[in-house]
Amino acid sequence: MTESKCVGCTGSYTRDEKWDQLDEVMAKHKALEGALIMILHRAQLIFGYLPEDVQRYVAKSLNIPLADVYGVTTFYSSFSLTPRGKHRIAVCMGTACYVRGAGDLLTAFEKALGVKVGQTTTDGLFTLEASRCIGACGLAPVLTVGEDVYGNIMSAERVPDILRKYRAEKQQSEKVGLC
Amino acid sequence: MQYIRSHVLICAGTGCTSSGCKSVEQAMRAEIERLGLTKEVKIVQTGCFGFCKIGPIVMIYPEGSFYCYVKPEDAADLAQQHLLKGRLVERLLYRDVQNPKPTAFFTDIGFYKKQYRVALANCGAIDAENIEEYIGVDGYQALARVVSSMTPAEVIHTVKASGLRGRGGGGFSTGLKWEFAAKALGAVKYVVCNADEGDPGAFMDRSILEGDPHSVIEAMAIAGYAIGARQGYVYVRAEYPIAVHRLSIAIEQARKLGILGQGVFGSTFGFDISIRLGAGAFVCGEETALLASIEGKRGMPKPRPPYPAIKGLWDKPTLINNVETFANIPQIILRGPEWFASMGTENSKGTKVFALAGNINNTGLVEVPMGTTLREIVYDIGGGIPDNRAFKACQTGGPSGGCLPAALLDTPVDYDSLTAVGSMMGSGGLIVMDENTCMVDVARFFLEFTQDESCGKCVPCREGTKRMLEILEDITKGHGTAADIDLLEELSVTIKGASLCGLGQTAPNPVLASLRFFRDEFNAHIQDKKCPAGVCQELLTFSIIPEKCKGCTLCKKVCPVNAIAGAVKTVHTIDTAKCIKCGACIPKCPFKAIVR
Amino acid sequence: MERIKLTIDGAPVEVDPGSTVLDAARKAGVHVPTLCFHPELRLEGSCRLCVVEIEGMQSLAASCVYPASSGMRVRTNSEVVRKTRKSIVELLLANHPQDCLVCPRHGTCELQEVSHQLGVRKVRFKNDARALAQDQSSVAVVRDPNKCILCGRCIRICEQVQKVSAIGLAGRGSKAVVTTPFGHGLAEGPCVACGQCIKVCPVAALKEADATEQTWRALSDPTLHTVVQVAPAVRAALGEEFGMRPGALVTEKLVTSLRKLGFNQVFDTQFGADLTIVEEGHELLRRLNESKHLPLITSCSPGWVKYAEHFCPEMLEHLSTCKSPQQMLGALVKTYYAEKIGVMPSNIFHVAIMPCTAKKFEASRPEMGRDGVRDVDAVLTTRELAAMLKEAGIDFANLPDSEFDLPLGMSSGAGGIFGVTGGVTEAVLRSVTELKTGKELEEIEFQGVRGFAGVREAVIALNGMTLKVAIVNSLGQAEKLLKKVKQGEAEYHFIEIMGCPSGCIGGGGQPFSKDPEIKHKRAAALYRQDHMKRVRKSHENPAIRELYRTFIGDPNGEKAHALLHTHYHARPRY
Repeated sequence: MTESKCVGCTGSYTRDEKWDQLDEVMAKHKALEGALIMILHRAQLIFGYLPEDVQRYVAKSLNIPLADVYGVTTFYSSFSLTPRGKHRIAVCMGTACYVRGAGDLLTAFEKALGVKVGQTTTDGLFTLEASRCIGACGLAPVLTVGEDVYGNIMSAERVPDILRKYRAEKQQSEKVGLC
Repeated sequence: MQYIRSHVLICAGTGCTSSGCKSVEQAMRAEIERLGLTKEVKIVQTGCFGFCKIGPIVMIYPEGSFYCYVKPEDAADLAQQHLLKGRLVERLLYRDVQNPKPTAFFTDIGFYKKQYRVALANCGAIDAENIEEYIGVDGYQALARVVSSMTPAEVIHTVKASGLRGRGGGGFSTGLKWEFAAKALGAVKYVVCNADEGDPGAFMDRSILEGDPHSVIEAMAIAGYAIGARQGYVYVRAEYPIAVHRLSIAIEQARKLGILGQGVFGSTFGFDISIRLGAGAFVCGEETALLASIEGKRGMPKPRPPYPAIKGLWDKPTLINNVETFANIPQIILRGPEWFASMGTENSKGTKVFALAGNINNTGLVEVPMGTTLREIVYDIGGGIPDNRAFKACQTGGPSGGCLPAALLDTPVDYDSLTAVGSMMGSGGLIVMDENTCMVDVARFFLEFTQDESCGKCVPCREGTKRMLEILEDITKGHGTAADIDLLEELSVTIKGASLCGLGQTAPNPVLASLRFFRDEFNAHIQDKKCPAGVCQELLTFSIIPEKCKGCTLCKKVCPVNAIAGAVKTVHTIDTAKCIKCGACIPKCPFKAIVR
Repeated sequence: MERIKLTIDGAPVEVDPGSTVLDAARKAGVHVPTLCFHPELRLEGSCRLCVVEIEGMQSLAASCVYPASSGMRVRTNSEVVRKTRKSIVELLLANHPQDCLVCPRHGTCELQEVSHQLGVRKVRFKNDARALAQDQSSVAVVRDPNKCILCGRCIRICEQVQKVSAIGLAGRGSKAVVTTPFGHGLAEGPCVACGQCIKVCPVAALKEADATEQTWRALSDPTLHTVVQVAPAVRAALGEEFGMRPGALVTEKLVTSLRKLGFNQVFDTQFGADLTIVEEGHELLRRLNESKHLPLITSCSPGWVKYAEHFCPEMLEHLSTCKSPQQMLGALVKTYYAEKIGVMPSNIFHVAIMPCTAKKFEASRPEMGRDGVRDVDAVLTTRELAAMLKEAGIDFANLPDSEFDLPLGMSSGAGGIFGVTGGVTEAVLRSVTELKTGKELEEIEFQGVRGFAGVREAVIALNGMTLKVAIVNSLGQAEKLLKKVKQGEAEYHFIEIMGCPSGCIGGGGQPFSKDPEIKHKRAAALYRQDHMKRVRKSHENPAIRELYRTFIGDPNGEKAHALLHTHYHARPRY
């Protein structure tokens, strides 16, 4: 049970608190011209992704067509309409990283996680993404796991080590009943 | 007033942050406190030093000693040896790849020698989160001068006279752009800073925002004064959290000092800036798409004319410049247009920042006068190719540019020269590729990028790039035919000629440039079904060189499909029918007997 | 301002300031192909088919969005232009199903037309036409995403003209699609079923929900008594489908053709319209007397009614409770007429032929029937009727004339002008002024309410009071006007709202037309019909008088309420 609750959860608050937070965001930004994208960014921080009812709520609060909101959330790759894993692994696919082997790195992650790019592992722990250049070309190839940055990952052999760290974290938190 | 004996500058750009500069800083603080030096030594978190590869970087002034690859455990040595005893910590000094002797001062490092920093002047020199430090290096003097003693027309004249051209890629005259926006009719106008740095391999805008956000704020206010706008927007990638954070702090500090807001420097001119975050769409680097995105819409470009200078954000006259362009403005005002125009070439004035990356020894940000040759950048500054591999190409202009061969290494980097050889200045990504890079695969990589980032509005870009990618994929898989080249060229004409915005109009460039300079590689893929660089998986055949094989069986054990046969101490063979070309065997062979 | 002088393929041409290069080319007699361009919609410049070469420009220019300027030298047929256009069509075809022969738009498809016109003879790319499910959730509009070429015309009309935004663009790049939010069915969102998207769709990505099969089945069922009614706007447009000149009034041939199809009785929706006028006229007079729920807003446009339910439920009490002409006639067919001929209502199959797709939705509303029997069993659009006539091999243009069946086929000229914006108002004024003043009108043509402007206003002296009316066509205009009314910036007694631009003659079920003058021609046909009618006021229609005397009793009375009036309910917008 704890596991399924983890999916898309970014903190420890409950569903209602999330909606209260969204209300605060709406109240703050509603009057701002062209606020939609800023609001969606914050809504995604609160909910972990942008569920249908959140998009509906945002459209209604801003008094704009739902089609406009859906058009925006499906246009920008930062927005996710499906719950994402607890850890987002983003392998940078910028040119510098690519010529230094980021493609192989991505394949190694796909193999290790048993998912394709854009998918989330069944345990909800990892989502694998190919990201646009994050501008850390000096450290190419680069990947990020959540906020953590890993540079100069020249060998796919480091993949299991990286994953192990987050899997260990998960076991740790399950033991103490967190999340 | 307190006397500071030493300044310890710790780079806190994205590169060094990834390499762990935060813990270095904490360790340094602890150590300095322990030694009781807090009153005489000041630790400053700065923006990017440019040389990201060797981070975390620590510089200690007034000596200008340059330490690299610094770890938290080095804090004790740095404090006790350098700060306390005044001795260099030799093991942390920079060593050139070619020359293993340590270099004590940053001015002696090859990477920095040929650079001339204008846009990056303050990056790595000041604490980006402290407006006082910016003011300490003449910050906001240009704005003060502009609002107190220059007319808008004089400001525009100065910018025009400097010859500054847009650093975002297009290379349009900045002064003219300002003039158009100034002349446009309308009570409400906007100044927009394009910080949606999207070209893969370019990170100068991010570094400027991280290292010197006030220069951009100052320039935007100057632009606002020149064109008659009271509101500015910075449209910045959400993927740049540090840049967003520092910019927010900078805006807040500027407001507190009355530099932004009602009555800038007590004048009647008011100007304020808000930040708008991008959400992951490369096309938003295009002016009209960027404006749509600020308006909270899908970032789809609109046909021009009307140009944003006439009808931009919320249909109001809008001036859009990118970060690096703005970063040049305060110094042009302070040091005069003649000074700026004295650098560079006939038609490309000033300096340009390049993000040097790929298969090169010194990766990082470099700023050089326009007209510096590619060779100087790659070899003198970049230190050449690692492991003595052969240079194959350097790519400029990101997905809008092209890969240039060794024969063109003496091309000077300026707008016109790069365009003339079939590439582009772009925003300044410069990626070096060595003999292990497949040029067909790189062309495919760029098409994959543009195809993925195409907004989908116009048919040539949406459908055309998809088909070009399809053809390139076929070629890299060995299914290419001679007719494919013709079709690629024909599609390129359609996409370049008929696409709605710059993204589509330049999307075929990487393919066209590669067809021009590396056609033999295309032919090898199509006719011989071979990938000379050994990159395209489907075209590889793995084999064991009998003379080198010692029969150790390591490769046989690692092969996941049992494609390798051979008894102990006899020469092994690979069954190419079974082989899935995974490459697992190659690194296992201690004798380098397996080749592809 | 000075006129712009430029050359198109070497020929000098002069255009007004603000013209585009496409305007200039057309003026020069050059047919530049277009797909995303639509004269009534915001310019998009996305298909790039209209590219031309302008001397001095590096890339080609999309002529539909490029402003013409003096001294410009334009080439519309150079090698690069021709090749580029061909290549664009080839790219579109590579994504498109290759089933033209069995496509409902075969012959009216604009993609097919440009492909033919440009001589595209091969597609060198792999065909990746998709096989996505059609959206058949709506009873009125069907979406076939596989046929969509992303020109965006449907989105623009839905958003810009109708202010509904039931559909929009989603996704990016080659994954971009026109869709409803989250891909839910059209029926789940605020789609008002007006069918304007169908009218502007260049291909078969949008079409009406088919009612022809059901109609054919009924026509060949010997146990059913088949009755048909035809809306006014149909007779002003159907001829176009058979090569007749636009604006031909084909009433009598239409009646003959319907008999030939096998309908037992052919009635006229204009009878229903006359009845609506009498009921609505009395309703207006009553509300004026009581000063209650003013302004009275018309309710005969089902697209508008559904729009009001989704977007301004607070205005519903202002809507006239009168059913639309289609449904009034429907109720009478299944009661009055059924009794009269002694046939069980359930054995009568009643088909309505309408210029409208929202009528399909209206007929399906639960309140439009009684005892499990629908008042209208099937609604065919003008286009669907044309298809049936063609399938039946009827040589429409050469049919002999015949008349509607009586009494439900008798109508006044006022009932006929219902089909054009302003018509309902004019018909109401003809009756209300006479009912109120008791004096015969000297001038029955209210020219002031005619025309096609989005919003029109008129003030009519009515026995000592001034009646303020407003006429609106298209939902976008309705939104604007109602906003003013709600904010107290405008005050009216009566508002006519037609959901479609130019009224029913521009309905979502009308024949596809590229004639820029089409609305004027169709409207002229209906005004001509009015002019030719002996009876031109609804309340003077003898069949209507007879109906009240023998069946309904008083206008707005108890029976009238039971059969001829209805109610509305709020629907969600989100």
